[in-house]
Amino acid sequence: MKKALSLLLVGAMTLSLAACGNSSDSAATEENTAAESAGTESEADGEAAFKIGGIGPITGGAAIYGTAVQGGIQIAVDEINEAGGINGYQIAYQFQDDEHDAEKAINAYNTLKDWGMQALVGTTTSAPCIAVVEETHNDNMFQITPSGTAVECVQYDNAFRMCFSDPTQGTESAKYIGENGMAENEKVAVIYDSSDVYSTGIYEAFAAEAENQPFEIVSVEAFTADSKTDFSVQVQKSKDSGADLLFMPFYYTEAALVLAECNKQGYEPVFFGCDGMDGILGVENFDVALAEGLTFLAPFVAKSEDEMVQNFVSKYEAAYGETPNQFAADAYDSVYVVKAALEAAGATPDMSVSDLCDAMVEAMSSVTYDGVTGKSITWSADGEPNKAPLVVQVVNGEYTEL
Amino acid sequence: MKTRNLSKLTKSNFITYGIVIAAYIIVEIFLRAGMVSSLLEGLLVPLCMYVILAVSLNLTVGISGELSLGHAGFMCVGAFSSAIFSKCMETVLPVAGIRFFLAILIGTAFAALFGVLIGIPVLRLKGDYLAIVTLAFGEIIKNVVNVVFLGRDSRGFHISTKDSISLGLEKGGEVIIKGPQGITGTPKDSTFLIGVILILITLFVVINLINSRTGRAIMAIRDNRIAAESVGISVTKYKLLAFSVSAALAGTAGVLYAHNLSTLTALPKNFGYNMSITILVFVVLGGIGNIRGSVIAAVVLTLLPELLRSLNDYRMLIYAIILIVTMIFTSSPGGREIQERIKLFFKKKKTKEA
Repeated sequence: MKKALSLLLVGAMTLSLAACGNSSDSAATEENTAAESAGTESEADGEAAFKIGGIGPITGGAAIYGTAVQGGIQIAVDEINEAGGINGYQIAYQFQDDEHDAEKAINAYNTLKDWGMQALVGTTTSAPCIAVVEETHNDNMFQITPSGTAVECVQYDNAFRMCFSDPTQGTESAKYIGENGMAENEKVAVIYDSSDVYSTGIYEAFAAEAENQPFEIVSVEAFTADSKTDFSVQVQKSKDSGADLLFMPFYYTEAALVLAECNKQGYEPVFFGCDGMDGILGVENFDVALAEGLTFLAPFVAKSEDEMVQNFVSKYEAAYGETPNQFAADAYDSVYVVKAALEAAGATPDMSVSDLCDAMVEAMSSVTYDGVTGKSITWSADGEPNKAPLVVQVVNGEYTEL
Repeated sequence: MKTRNLSKLTKSNFITYGIVIAAYIIVEIFLRAGMVSSLLEGLLVPLCMYVILAVSLNLTVGISGELSLGHAGFMCVGAFSSAIFSKCMETVLPVAGIRFFLAILIGTAFAALFGVLIGIPVLRLKGDYLAIVTLAFGEIIKNVVNVVFLGRDSRGFHISTKDSISLGLEKGGEVIIKGPQGITGTPKDSTFLIGVILILITLFVVINLINSRTGRAIMAIRDNRIAAESVGISVTKYKLLAFSVSAALAGTAGVLYAHNLSTLTALPKNFGYNMSITILVFVVLGGIGNIRGSVIAAVVLTLLPELLRSLNDYRMLIYAIILIVTMIFTSSPGGREIQERIKLFFKKKKTKEA
């Protein structure tokens, strides 16, 4: 009996494996027929489409970032399709979940590849992005990450970035503080999340640049993901160091707690954050007055009066019922950058992934893009964007561009 | 009578090896024919890794009877030690085969060492207490890895628990472990063939251990510790042996994991208790103490959420429901009754046909 059961299981296993093979097979044939039909009736624009994939965590702890990116891409894709597509071809779009896990990100990438993806807008978070870029490099597929900030995310020629890298942000912050003399007694305290790649990345670049600047870092305190509810020790030490400016390279949820703790201890330095601060005014039960004067560098402000930003924000709010954050904005811009690259290359959907990538990479050097996260953005060959960061300050309970 | 029993046992073992080899051949044929989707192709190495993990945990949970919740910790040790080795040796040893072979040995050895070190205090406990302490050790390993910064320059290795600046590297030095960012740029040496060979070695080790004198001693301790002690079996020795062999094999799986992705970070997702529980689910679903069951459960449960990707948002929900239903069907008294009835039904049919 046991034998029969095991045989049955083997059967089931091979069947499931075979089923995988079959499904991909049928997908491939579908693709072939699609390509063929595109070849024969190239006038019919509806037939062929550029297939753009997205990857990000839409389940698990980092889901807010993934869903924002998913939504941002969707809005851009809908807009482009409505306006007639790219080079006359529509965009087909699919988004896969990676659960903020490098292993799952590879699975997501392979799923999209089976679907016939031609360019990747992703991945959302840094560690999975580093794993996926290895694969896109092997396959020579064009990749633009909306929000993968680690340096290694764009280490290959085929990969580009929409956001600032961690080091850029740290360096820019240090420069801004130094040049504008924001720390009156030239002493700066830092609190950062040592268990977070983003936070450590910014901090390390900040510390390196600080040596060239007229201020001095007098206190560095760290916290980890497991101890981010009580900041009394870190704030106390920063206060004791006599620093006039507190640099906080982490997300707004923790920043709200730090600001509240500073208020409790009567510590009133100049607060300087990073782009993760976008959203602090929306934290529940947070006294907005505490954030008054908080300054940070950001790529995108939802309150901006810019026409493109307003258009994007209103569409996003109508579709998802919430104000888009920088992740959504970066994702939205990424799709338009893909469009710009495709148009500059004069590409058509029947080109192979590799040819498409080569053409787009070449075109990227000439692309100048105006979007919601910056104006006249250009890309250098290393994949980093050249754009000026916006300096945002909280004034009268509103984000204001300086 | 005795010879018949033995042959039945070896037959059953050969079926297990046979399943693995047959699966390998079938997949290889499909691969050659280009009929395997990229998704499945990418899943082959992780599948091997999960099978090894499930079999190795079954040794602790099923054969030795200790509920360990820190298995991912040993995997973490194996992954990081081997990744450090590969990263340092990438320029010195450009031949991937030899380098990866050494990496496997190093990862396995380090995991075994940690297995012994952790086993000594942990195995003094029993049942729930043991489970909780192994859980804690697993988390400690993960958290320690997360604060370590390791760099290398011409003066040798530098280690810090603060940040990579305080390593004080010379120009041209490289940071190998970057705290929470882990290790990036590990060479991609894992292949399906190596994975399958490692599965076969794992099965060989575990199955032979079970059917040896040592294995019978381990099971005797599991079934009745006092009786086993009274006939002169050294409880500590055999428990520690099973625990460290299990840890070593988990380390091997970790090596496969580290060399399959170019980024290695110790997140709760891959080396935390989440992973330990996932492996335990494979073992429980496959049948505690049933090696072949572990292999099949690991394969099915790894494939399932990926094959359900087309269901988008409902994917994890359906995965969970399938898991619950299978557990009830295989393990609850009601489910067993249904199983018996199905078996009886087929038996009747068979006898009728005959």
